Amino acid sequence: MNHLSVNHLTGIRNLTENDLNLIFQAATEFKEVINRPIKKVPSLRDFTVANLFFENSTRTRLSFELAEKRLSADIVNFTAGNSSVKKGETLTDTVNNILAMKVDMVVMRHPHPGAPQFLANKINTSVINAGDGTHEHPTQALLDAFSLKQRHGDLAGMNVAIVGDIRHSRVAISNILCLKKLGANVRVCGPKTLIPKHIATMGVEVSHNLDATLQWCDVANMLRIQMERQDKSVPYFPSLREYATEFGLNKQRLGALSKPITIMHPGPINRGVEITSDAADSEHSIVLEQVENGVAVRMAVLYLLAMKR
Amino acid sequence: MESQILMSEELFERVLDRLAHQLLEHHDFNKTDIVGLQPRGYDLAKLLKSKLESLLPGCTINCGGLDTTFHRDDFRRREKPIAPQSTSMPFLVEGRNVILVDDVLFTGRTIRAGLDALLTHGRPETVKLLVLVDRRFQRELPIEPQFIGKSVDSIDWQYVKVEWSELGETCRVMLLNEKPE
Repeated sequence: MNHLSVNHLTGIRNLTENDLNLIFQAATEFKEVINRPIKKVPSLRDFTVANLFFENSTRTRLSFELAEKRLSADIVNFTAGNSSVKKGETLTDTVNNILAMKVDMVVMRHPHPGAPQFLANKINTSVINAGDGTHEHPTQALLDAFSLKQRHGDLAGMNVAIVGDIRHSRVAISNILCLKKLGANVRVCGPKTLIPKHIATMGVEVSHNLDATLQWCDVANMLRIQMERQDKSVPYFPSLREYATEFGLNKQRLGALSKPITIMHPGPINRGVEITSDAADSEHSIVLEQVENGVAVRMAVLYLLAMKR
Repeated sequence: MESQILMSEELFERVLDRLAHQLLEHHDFNKTDIVGLQPRGYDLAKLLKSKLESLLPGCTINCGGLDTTFHRDDFRRREKPIAPQSTSMPFLVEGRNVILVDDVLFTGRTIRAGLDALLTHGRPETVKLLVLVDRRFQRELPIEPQFIGKSVDSIDWQYVKVEWSELGETCRVMLLNEKPE
């Protein structure tokens, strides 16, 4: 076994294929651990992790917290809402103050793209990116790929469609990078206004027709429409109803396909917008497996980075 | 590299037979499970299981493989990371008697981690330790085996290597004068 090639997980971009396989291998074992009667191992018992969330999050934070607890790490939580950030403290100062209390690792979500990388260059501790603005969300991409691997084995040559709000989605960027590294074919699909102009330079196909894309793909990853990031004065699409008609996944669309496809969603789901309830809860949906695997994958990342300290 | 054979394949067969009979003498296998420590302790445990089942017709013995990686006390203190192996424990050991099986007992630290790992699968009534090779006088923890294939007096820098045949049906034990790469 080797070490990870990186000291921080700021993005999928910096990982090698070997890193991905190391993470998946460890995650497989951690998935077994979290299904035991006693779901805890003592690996990180002398280790303290700070969860710094400068932006709202429910499942990612819970998932990281659970992963840390399952590894027996000590945890300090921080949310920007009621902190000195409001009093004008800089990011480096905030984090250095926390590190002065002898913290071994930082998990950070931040609204600004590149904030974890900025921090990684400044401080002497591992940084894990839990989502930075519209840039990357590496652990989400890792858990998506891990869930697919568990379901389908090798991803090389598999057709994966990422549907929805690509423009605002860090999940899409990380997923594209991760899937390409594993040899899958990726197509993005959505209204023209929600697909960035230069996305094809990442080596993906672009489509604006959901039915044709579904027919092509083995897996459809349905992204959430990010209401909070829409431009209020000039909307990206006329109405949610129109979006749902053109780009929403439903049972009729799935029924019209020649083969069943696997359905993924990173959550939280806007039921009735990007996906209807009957599609989200169907037997081909692996939404809840993704959530379970999220804990195992985050345990793997924490474990492998901790090993390097 | 100089080496010396401690246990030939013929001798291994006889030792396995003896260990199986010793276990039978002391245990009721309706209440006893065998748990091997991954990777090579599990191979040995599986051999013991089939040997015991051939001696006890009609009896099925639970046999599990336990990985100790996440319970080790040298995490972040080692130069080279250890790869986790799969744990396969399809049963609970709550209230059962457990025979913990490993190939070589040296410092005792793996067994300590193994005991910890075992407790995550329930609270066993008793745990006994069976090892193929016991390197005496090298213990760092107060751990002693109850069932021993062969005791070896070796020097610190020597290395005991258990070489399994391809199908994992038999093995021989070598004493090397340095640790292999």
